[in-house]
Amino acid sequence: MNAARMVLGYSLSNLRRNWWVLGYGLLFLFLTDALFRFGGGGPRVAASLMNVVLIVIPLVSVVFGTLYFSNSREFIELLLAQPVSRPSLFTGLYFGLALPLALAFGAGVAIPAVLHGGAGLLRPTIMLLLSGVLLTFVFTSVAFLAGVRFEDRAKGLGFALLVWFCCTVLYDGVILLVAMAFRDYPLEPVLLGLTVLNPVDLARVLLLLTLDAAALMGYTGAVFGRFFGTPLGIAAAGAALLMWTGLPFVAGLRGFNRKDF
Amino acid sequence: MSAPLVVSGLRKHFGRLHVLEGVDLALDAGKVTAVVGPNAAGKSTLIKCILGLVRPSGGAIEVLGERVGSDPHYRRFIGYMPQAARFPDNLTGEEVLALLARLRGGEVRHDGVLREALGLTAETLARPVRTLSGGTRQKLSAIVALRHEAPVVILDEPTAGLDPLTSSHLKELVRQRATSGAAVLLTSHVMAEVEELADALVYLVDGRVRFRGSLDELRLRTGQRRVEHAIAHLMREVA
Repeated sequence: MNAARMVLGYSLSNLRRNWWVLGYGLLFLFLTDALFRFGGGGPRVAASLMNVVLIVIPLVSVVFGTLYFSNSREFIELLLAQPVSRPSLFTGLYFGLALPLALAFGAGVAIPAVLHGGAGLLRPTIMLLLSGVLLTFVFTSVAFLAGVRFEDRAKGLGFALLVWFCCTVLYDGVILLVAMAFRDYPLEPVLLGLTVLNPVDLARVLLLLTLDAAALMGYTGAVFGRFFGTPLGIAAAGAALLMWTGLPFVAGLRGFNRKDF
Repeated sequence: MSAPLVVSGLRKHFGRLHVLEGVDLALDAGKVTAVVGPNAAGKSTLIKCILGLVRPSGGAIEVLGERVGSDPHYRRFIGYMPQAARFPDNLTGEEVLALLARLRGGEVRHDGVLREALGLTAETLARPVRTLSGGTRQKLSAIVALRHEAPVVILDEPTAGLDPLTSSHLKELVRQRATSGAAVLLTSHVMAEVEELADALVYLVDGRVRFRGSLDELRLRTGQRRVEHAIAHLMREVA
């Protein structure tokens, strides 16, 4: 894993000079600062940021990650021609991208939160940062999986955008359809299970519960609150998000190990 | 002494497409062997199989007696210069060289000599790769391939994109590496370059070796003095 650390170090050096990553961090910095100045109190800021986190982070991670992987293809081939194992290289490249993206987001939100926020905002801010960082890792894994599976950049990007669309838009529609079609049945446990199957929904529920906005979700909110509001529930949700990071990462790594370049 | 690189019965199929069909090849130490052939003959796939970038469907490859498999260790014996050199845009040339040296354990023998011969100054190498011309990136790639004193050197179209002066310096460096004992595998579409550099030639068509021998043997077999005409003769023969 020494080689993974070397590749990670150089990926970090490369990306910290990347204008897109800097711009991504500045976007969160200005947005969070503006929300604090003009958007009212702390919980409102966190609620407004929640929607940005749930839509923008998956989109940026998946698109930037897929393009980054496909643009690095020739350099990856050169690195593979050195005495470096494939798992080390894949791990180094993955963390070399996910960490700068997560750091850009984290710094962009944390700096204004520290400057403007009070102690009351600590818990929602931490949960927002945690969810954003985990979503970055999840969707960077998806991007790398797309990069490994599809030689054609357009196809890879199409696959990555499809996953993003399914997680952020389509999945909610399907859940709504299920809830409407089976409204006469006790659906809460099923909806609880379905939420775990989508990382974006999982992050959304966790954030809503942290912001004490579960009441907006009616009876379902109460059911979610009973489960995800407990330490066990939060641990289960965190574990499910980690599993969502691990699954596409392992699938991407397996593909990378078998891939003909 | 056994050949540093031995390829025996190498096969590679991509689904129904048979790219390599039982290729046998041995690179002798101290010699430049050119692998030539028409487009889609399997030259790139052969190189990628040797480097472990492509998994063979059958056959075996040995580098200094070490069988090529999933263990990447054998690649420390190989210096590789790809056809198109692409490096991370925001790293400097110096950082790219440092990364690749560290990945190989840090041993670098001819860095200074190569930089001087190829005209790469400290100022140029301090610039981000995105600001370097294609030719300069190619020079960087040549340094990466030649500086480790690897017993096997693989050069894929090495002079493509280089100006005549640098191209001539690079050819001189390749000859020096061969003279000092390296087994060099070269692919090129420029037959004058093959004639100038190569001691032996392998002619590959549709994934099969159609000729293997020295340039003199090639001339004798085809009755042509110039390598370009001899290759054209072989192409007509195969067609």
